[in-house]
Amino acid sequence: MLKKGVNFITVGVLALQGAFREHINSIKKCGANAQEIKFPEQLKNIDGLIIPGGESTTINKLIKKYNFKIYLDDFYNSGKVIYGTCAGLILIAKKVINEDFGLGYIDIEVERNSYGRQIDSFEEYISLEFDSGKKFKAIFIRAPRIINAGPEVDILSKINNNIILARQKNVLVSTFHPELQDDTRIHEYFLKMIKNHKKV
Amino acid sequence: MEKGTLKLKTGLAEMLKGGVIMDVTTVEQAKIAEEAGAVSVMALERIPADIRAAGGVARMTDPEIILKIMNAVTIPVMAKCRIGHFAEAQILEAIGIDYIDESEVLTPADEKYHVNKWDFKVPFVCGATNLGEALRRIGEGAAMIRTKGEAGTGNVVEAVRHMRTIRDEIKKVASLPKEELMTVAKEMGAPYELVLNVHETGKLPVVNFSAGGISTPADAALIMQLGADGIFVGSGIFKSENPMKMAKAIVEATTHFNNPEILAKVSKGLGNAMYGMELSKIPKEELLSVRGW
Repeated sequence: MLKKGVNFITVGVLALQGAFREHINSIKKCGANAQEIKFPEQLKNIDGLIIPGGESTTINKLIKKYNFKIYLDDFYNSGKVIYGTCAGLILIAKKVINEDFGLGYIDIEVERNSYGRQIDSFEEYISLEFDSGKKFKAIFIRAPRIINAGPEVDILSKINNNIILARQKNVLVSTFHPELQDDTRIHEYFLKMIKNHKKV
Repeated sequence: MEKGTLKLKTGLAEMLKGGVIMDVTTVEQAKIAEEAGAVSVMALERIPADIRAAGGVARMTDPEIILKIMNAVTIPVMAKCRIGHFAEAQILEAIGIDYIDESEVLTPADEKYHVNKWDFKVPFVCGATNLGEALRRIGEGAAMIRTKGEAGTGNVVEAVRHMRTIRDEIKKVASLPKEELMTVAKEMGAPYELVLNVHETGKLPVVNFSAGGISTPADAALIMQLGADGIFVGSGIFKSENPMKMAKAIVEATTHFNNPEILAKVSKGLGNAMYGMELSKIPKEELLSVRGW
């Protein structure tokens, strides 16, 4: 567990709806600071942002209602690190099939609820490209699927030919929910991305 | 690959947190709810206020109505089965419903036993009025709890009572010395392991939403400040004068439940909320929250 050298990092978790408390707990477990983001001005005070799982339609409506977009664009353009899980991935993708949302921070095309309804939700042990240790138990809940990924997207994990964890520069996405697990390796990787960005 | 695990069942409830689940009876209402920002809809033949008015036996909704609603929206869809009616639950699972509410709003099918929810891959939410009842349901496999309130009344007083009761009982269990927990489990009629879990964590082992009588943004904020993870609004939206406006306002109030400026803004000009009933005027045999054992 990465406890050292991250206590100066503050991660914001978008707290409009969904599993934001779980991400805050995971970040704190890694030794960094975490705070809820309910208003766009709060983005100024943080080093990295997590957009959590929840209902993407609901979170999208609240992002619009509270004028988050220009602040999020500034945050992204400044090169600060953003991590989207499940609904969060959908919200920051370049293209979402049958929907008009997608902030366009990562060059992927996504289909919502692509594996089916709740009865098709599943758990699977996956390999992480950046960690040769034991497999990671991934929780997929009404998960989206990455249908296409652009050439600049690095694939960090796949199952059955589906990309489930990916990165493009300072943007990280997963179609599953590491915040529902005690295993914090993906949050640690995210914190390392922030550390590297702060050094530059 | 594993499916239907407890983690996946409770996980979906985690994703609904901070959101509003709305009762709908038609495709049009379901679309209004989704457009307003609902995290899920409960597909019903009649909303609780109308079930109350109609009397007679209230049963599971016709699967055709539920399927139409499932096809009309992209958010998860829930439906109710009667308490103890595991055949209704099997039918709901077979049509691919996302969550089953074993609900006191429908007429109970069993006067003694609830559905054994471990038999199902689909997750269940169950009503509770106190900690013992919540832990019994979790012991039977419920992946989400819903404080009952008194559905279809437009009166939030019972929802408040149930939230406060559960919150106070959790605090008590967390503060007791360990040697007292077995006796507490016996008195509450709750499984010892779950009482021990509450003692150690200071919270329910699953997500707890609040239901029954929530009719305004202020009601939603009140119940969220009392510690609910999210809310169910039954009759409160489609019995109000302007459902879309009311639904949007309740969604915002649930997100910003502790911000009075926003609550004031969203509460303005909503038109009439649903008619509210004084609970002492309802005959005891017509109360819904006492159903469930």
